[in-house]
Amino acid sequence: MSTMTDPQPQGFRLGMLISDTRYRSYTFQFIALILLIVSIAYLISNLFANLAANGLDISWAFLGEPAGYDINQRPIEYTSQSTHARASMVGAINTLIVAFLACVSATVLGVIAGVLRLSNNWIVSKLMSAYVEAFRNVPVLIWILIIFLAMSNAFPQPRAFRGETPDATMLFDAVAFTNRGVYVPSFVNGAGSAIFWLVLLASIIGVFAYRRYAKNLLFKTGKLLPTGWPSLAILIVPSLLMYFVLGQPVTLEYPELKGFNFQGGVHMRLSLIALWFALAIYTGAFIAENVRAGILAISKGQTEAAAALGMRPGRIMNLVILPQALRVIIPPLISQYLNITKNSSLAIAVGYMDITGTLGGITLNQTGRAIESILLLMLFYLIISLSISAIMNVYNNSVKLKER
Amino acid sequence: MKKSVLFGALAAAGMTAGVAGAATLDDVQARGVMNCGVTTGVPGFAEPDANGVWQGFDVAVCRAVAAAVLGDSTAVEFVPTTGKTRFTALASGEIDMLARNTTWTFSRDVDLKFEFTGVNYYDGQGFMVPASLGVTSAAELDGATVCIQTGTTTELNLADFFRSNNITYEPVPIETGSEAVQLFLAGSCDVYTTDRSALAAQRANFPAPDDFVVLPEVVSKEPLGPLVRHGDNEWGDIVRWTLNALITAEELGVTSDNIEELSAGTNNPEINRLLGSEGTLGEMLGLDAEWAKRAIAAGGNYGEVFEGNIGAATNIGLARGLNAQWTDGGLIYSPPFR
Repeated sequence: MSTMTDPQPQGFRLGMLISDTRYRSYTFQFIALILLIVSIAYLISNLFANLAANGLDISWAFLGEPAGYDINQRPIEYTSQSTHARASMVGAINTLIVAFLACVSATVLGVIAGVLRLSNNWIVSKLMSAYVEAFRNVPVLIWILIIFLAMSNAFPQPRAFRGETPDATMLFDAVAFTNRGVYVPSFVNGAGSAIFWLVLLASIIGVFAYRRYAKNLLFKTGKLLPTGWPSLAILIVPSLLMYFVLGQPVTLEYPELKGFNFQGGVHMRLSLIALWFALAIYTGAFIAENVRAGILAISKGQTEAAAALGMRPGRIMNLVILPQALRVIIPPLISQYLNITKNSSLAIAVGYMDITGTLGGITLNQTGRAIESILLLMLFYLIISLSISAIMNVYNNSVKLKER
Repeated sequence: MKKSVLFGALAAAGMTAGVAGAATLDDVQARGVMNCGVTTGVPGFAEPDANGVWQGFDVAVCRAVAAAVLGDSTAVEFVPTTGKTRFTALASGEIDMLARNTTWTFSRDVDLKFEFTGVNYYDGQGFMVPASLGVTSAAELDGATVCIQTGTTTELNLADFFRSNNITYEPVPIETGSEAVQLFLAGSCDVYTTDRSALAAQRANFPAPDDFVVLPEVVSKEPLGPLVRHGDNEWGDIVRWTLNALITAEELGVTSDNIEELSAGTNNPEINRLLGSEGTLGEMLGLDAEWAKRAIAAGGNYGEVFEGNIGAATNIGLARGLNAQWTDGGLIYSPPFR
């Protein structure tokens, strides 16, 4: 009988860093890390040395100087005397506006197209295939230009609305489609309007609360409450009552032709509409494919089982298939949202003043601070993309299969 | 420095590639080719012809400098630059000089550390409107929609003009001039604004030029000229005096036709100094005696270059106006060759 004893633990010797397999990998990783840091530091110092040698000093002072140029779409206060930093901010908000609009519309469009492409109706499914193939196989820049040029040539000039017998008339006397954009009525908030908006907000929350209550009731007791007309009633009735009680605090301002252009109302510029629509229909085609893939990933047995329980096809899709399909759909959907945000930098093609147009375009040009501007631009897109990823990942975690 | 080229290129996208020491002249002569930054294509000023050979008013300046320095007006590598890339290209040493409709401004000269070597075209910003609008002055444009080419001094001048007149406008920034013209013709904007030379050139190409009027206001000074980097005065002198040689040649009546005859020696000492038969002006520049003769022979004197590319006889059809010699009431004036 032999006894096995562990080798006596020996003190740490320097040689073990190479000879001992426990430490060797750390040693090499540490050496690699040092080399990496040194080479990055070398690249950066080299960059600065060469920039200095070329007389290109990095300076951010230009951000505080007056920009000197005007921007047509100004979500925040801005004049040509505001600073370059302010102009960049206007551009950043414009980027976010078009990215948000396009993300929402692309999702709606994509889900509808994706579901309909799997329809049993031959015409509908072929139409959707045609949509997907036509739109995702043509570069988005081309779509932006097509929509922009089509609208600028097809819609009448503001001048055409003038005179006793104008060539063009406003839709419902409220909306004007011109080749400079679409003018829609805007809200004018009078006294007490805040209360009205609060009531409206409360009503919207109320609708969600009611639907949640109905769902819980269904799960607990199996009792099915109607959701359609009560939701509508909750949404409209209190707001409508409040509207008249407060003496119509919110009125509409209609666009009116004055001088060269329509004045008043909200001016949705052609560039915004073209960019928004192009990004939405282009990315919508990709999302449609993601949705179709997600639905096809759900076993056919699920549909059949739900049908065997007597559910109608619409319910099967909404209650059984889509919630499971979401797990497959969400991750690629994140990349599509990122694509929309990044593709919105094509805005300059139609003169939409996004951050690439202001900071990366006019500011860069007028100040000549190319490196600084591009660095800031990269930082902006990086932050926005990472934020979208982070938010969508939180959502993805909430819908993904919970493993217990 | 040599070793760092590879890494530097990785780090700063070629920022280091042509680290131009002080001696641009030596670099150009060693390379045998001069890199000249031009536009991506403006008719009359710089545009490749049907054979792919660059032609134009700005191109002629590049060719004259190449002829003076290298003895060969075709030893030019034309680098098309956009409004955005032009300054970085010059500062990084990618190009040796920039001849690209660039307005000489204080901040470009001082802050961006460039050296404007003269003015080869005096321009000014103007407005064009459809005649049917009945507008006779830019001050009546309150509330108008204005198409502008973005990334140029024009949008700053526009903002200043409307602000100082206390009227509003709706800017429609467009990337290229041709796109802006399309929108203007479609009626998407009431006004198109850019340099008056370009307005005239583009109006001439409209289907019905008479339906459009250029308003009388000139809202800015746009002296356009070639530029080089700060800090290499020898190279700057060569570009400056090559341009001056073209201008002086016109003033003295030296043309591409009579230059051979005149370079043998005349009784006008300034012509003799210019063409190298007298004095040592070329030597002072670090070139040979016949530098200016070659520069002028490359495309003719200033007047010939003007008439051949953008003058009244061409499609562009620009009158000399401010760009006439000072002796004819214009602003084109060269310091003396002595």
